Amino acid sequence: MPLVKGGKIAADEYVHVADDAALPESGAVLLSAARFLADPEAVLARREKVGVIWPNNRDVEDLLPYVERLALIALVFPSFRDGRAYSQARLLRERYFFRGELRATGQVLRDQFVFMLRAGFDAFDVRKQADAEAYHQTVKRYSVFYQPTGDGRVAAPFRRLQLRHSESAGL
Amino acid sequence: MTSPLEQKKIKITQPSVVTANRTWDGAVIYRTAAQQWSTELNDAAVVRGADEARALLAESVADDLGAVGAYIAPVEIGAGGAIAPGNLRETIRASGVTIPLLVQEPAQV
Amino acid sequence: MYAYDEIDRTLINERVSEFRDQVKRRLSGELTEDEFKMLRLQNGVYLQLHAYMFRVAIPYGTLSSKQLRRLAHVARRYDRGYGHFTTRQNIQYNWIKLAELPDALADLAEVGIHSMQTSGNNTRNVTSDQWAGVVPGEVEDPRIWSEVLRQYTTLHPEFSFLPRKFKFAITAHPHDRAAIKIHDIGLRLHKNEQGETGFEVMVGGGLGRTPFIAKTIRPFVHGRDLLSYVEAIMRVYNSYGRRDNIYKARIKILVHELGVEKFAAEVEEEWQQIRDGALRLDDDTIEDIRSRFSYPTYEKLPHMPEELRKAAHDPLFERWRRNAVFPHKATGYSIVTISLKPVGAPPGDATADQMDALADLADKYSFGEIRVGHEQNLALPHVARRDLPALWKALDKVGLATPNVNLISDIIACPGLDYCSLANARSIPIAQELTRRFANHDTAGLIGRLHINISGCINACGHHHVGHIGILGVEKNGEEFYQITIGGRADENAELGVLIGPAVPYGEVADVIEDIVEAYLALRATPDELFVDTVKRLGVEPFRERVYATR
Repeated sequence: MPLVKGGKIAADEYVHVADDAALPESGAVLLSAARFLADPEAVLARREKVGVIWPNNRDVEDLLPYVERLALIALVFPSFRDGRAYSQARLLRERYFFRGELRATGQVLRDQFVFMLRAGFDAFDVRKQADAEAYHQTVKRYSVFYQPTGDGRVAAPFRRLQLRHSESAGL
Repeated sequence: MTSPLEQKKIKITQPSVVTANRTWDGAVIYRTAAQQWSTELNDAAVVRGADEARALLAESVADDLGAVGAYIAPVEIGAGGAIAPGNLRETIRASGVTIPLLVQEPAQV
Repeated sequence: MYAYDEIDRTLINERVSEFRDQVKRRLSGELTEDEFKMLRLQNGVYLQLHAYMFRVAIPYGTLSSKQLRRLAHVARRYDRGYGHFTTRQNIQYNWIKLAELPDALADLAEVGIHSMQTSGNNTRNVTSDQWAGVVPGEVEDPRIWSEVLRQYTTLHPEFSFLPRKFKFAITAHPHDRAAIKIHDIGLRLHKNEQGETGFEVMVGGGLGRTPFIAKTIRPFVHGRDLLSYVEAIMRVYNSYGRRDNIYKARIKILVHELGVEKFAAEVEEEWQQIRDGALRLDDDTIEDIRSRFSYPTYEKLPHMPEELRKAAHDPLFERWRRNAVFPHKATGYSIVTISLKPVGAPPGDATADQMDALADLADKYSFGEIRVGHEQNLALPHVARRDLPALWKALDKVGLATPNVNLISDIIACPGLDYCSLANARSIPIAQELTRRFANHDTAGLIGRLHINISGCINACGHHHVGHIGILGVEKNGEEFYQITIGGRADENAELGVLIGPAVPYGEVADVIEDIVEAYLALRATPDELFVDTVKRLGVEPFRERVYATR
């Protein structure tokens, strides 16, 4: 399944390590939450990039002690209709200030790209090749947004006030 | 007329057909023996047992492009093999709403 | 009337482009039905018995005449010449072709109409009092806040894939015409002791398989905190609402399973983290929205103009005026309810011709504005009393002057088995027969205000649980049967109706209703005691006896 990162299809530098397998000598690793939490310090001590797959039915608050040191958090959409990971993503970005790669996994289809970006995802494990290839044009579908979220885009209320202020300032 | 969309198990107690709606315009359609869809109930393939029904349904559902929401519906076979809808829901689907469509109350004055 | 700006219009147009692309990918096979279904639902497109059904949003039930004409155009061009107004202030078309939908949406977008989130597991139309902005006794216009909420909930990235649908309603009047207590979030706008605007927030109302009246979780949320507080509720629901069973997935179940106190505490905890963030509404933002609502400049007109005095001798006009005309906050004006419940017709339907005619009348007599009520009637909100006689004649010519507003023949009904793939039984023919039994408007007037609600299945789109008389279609051995409840109410004293006995067959429903009415007429304390109050006073037993004595 193609990975879209930085706006284009990219190779995945992370190796997904099974729960009962040994960690490789070097390189970025992606672990299940259970594996990571069993001994987080040991994993982080490798001083290589560490990623965690976090289930969508568990509070992301449990990851808070580690957000500074995780390079990747992968959240899960078991079905594209199950939207719990959108809340998790926003909390990670806006409340816990997670700055690493926030990856959407599971049933990720092109029609959710814009929602996901707005919620704070910046990498997508896309189900269909055609959707991955359409990423660039899909994310341009919407240029206006009503709600402020952590993605930094100016939302409508603020845009309007900006316009009013610049009008009254004679700009 | 409990919605057949809630059918979990396939139970055939009378002759049945597979029916669906045409994808591009929503028209009511019936699965034929030639693996096509027809808007005419009389063109429908009739099944009489659960296994037969299951097979016909599976084959119909595979045509995701042509049809939406396929399910098994009861019918009645008349003299000469004419197929009639087997319950009120299918009667409504075959012949339309049971109420007049456009009504305007005559002026009181 | 709210005027869309560049931003609003751009969003609608971008949505239309997106859906056009999605339809194209569906019809080419690139998208399976399983992938497409949620996308089409998010644009209000259902699959029904005969065809697709298309539900168009009418935000808080307010339309301009231009918009109403465009709705008529869609009925003519893409459907079979009529539309159905719903119990959530929307309009539905029953015969739409998927392949033509993007064009229909483009036509609607030109006048600022959309169908975003009128279906699917997202936040639906924010409904309100159809008399907002014009009714005496209102705290302030709730539509300002409805629009604030509409924008906030439209394409919200976090809340577009909820466990289940989510419905808001707002009222700003002591008498609740928006049925807020049967909504997922019900908001009662009022002022605190300091005179500041805020909301009593009620959560967890809803009908269907497990009906609940909403519970207050916070008696006063300041206006500036409305969005952050709503976001807290939504986040708790999105995170913890059940996703294992669609019959247990509404927020009412979460509130019930956690208990109100615990639920309120969860919301409070979340809210404390975000209340001072970007969602805090400042006065400028609210002012900006308010400034784009335009209100008519009312003339100084007499309460009893000559035209009205002269028309008073006409008994047919007087009957209509006493039934369908309501007081307005501006002297010399009135609110006129347009009944869409003519005798023998499907409740809530209007033909394209009627819509066009009403749009013209709105231009002439109501400053170009029309309202849609959840009881499936329309309203002209700004009619000068001197224009009432002329308006009445014009309405009567097009079949829009039935004098049965709020009476027994003013029935609320879902489309039922004639249209809907979820239904167990038909509802429209039951409604039609009842209007025929009570076709004499004078008799109906003597019976007084009596709301009959009919649902064709347990999903309760006809709101039967909160009807004064509720009728629910069920199936028994392939036949249509109906359960009858009485004593329900949808207003500020919201209550669920009580079953009077075993279900009765299709052919007997109208007889049963007649028996109930006869019992009421015999038992009421005074002619002024409403049916629903007689039920409250005496309970269900006397009615049960009367109905089942011979059955």
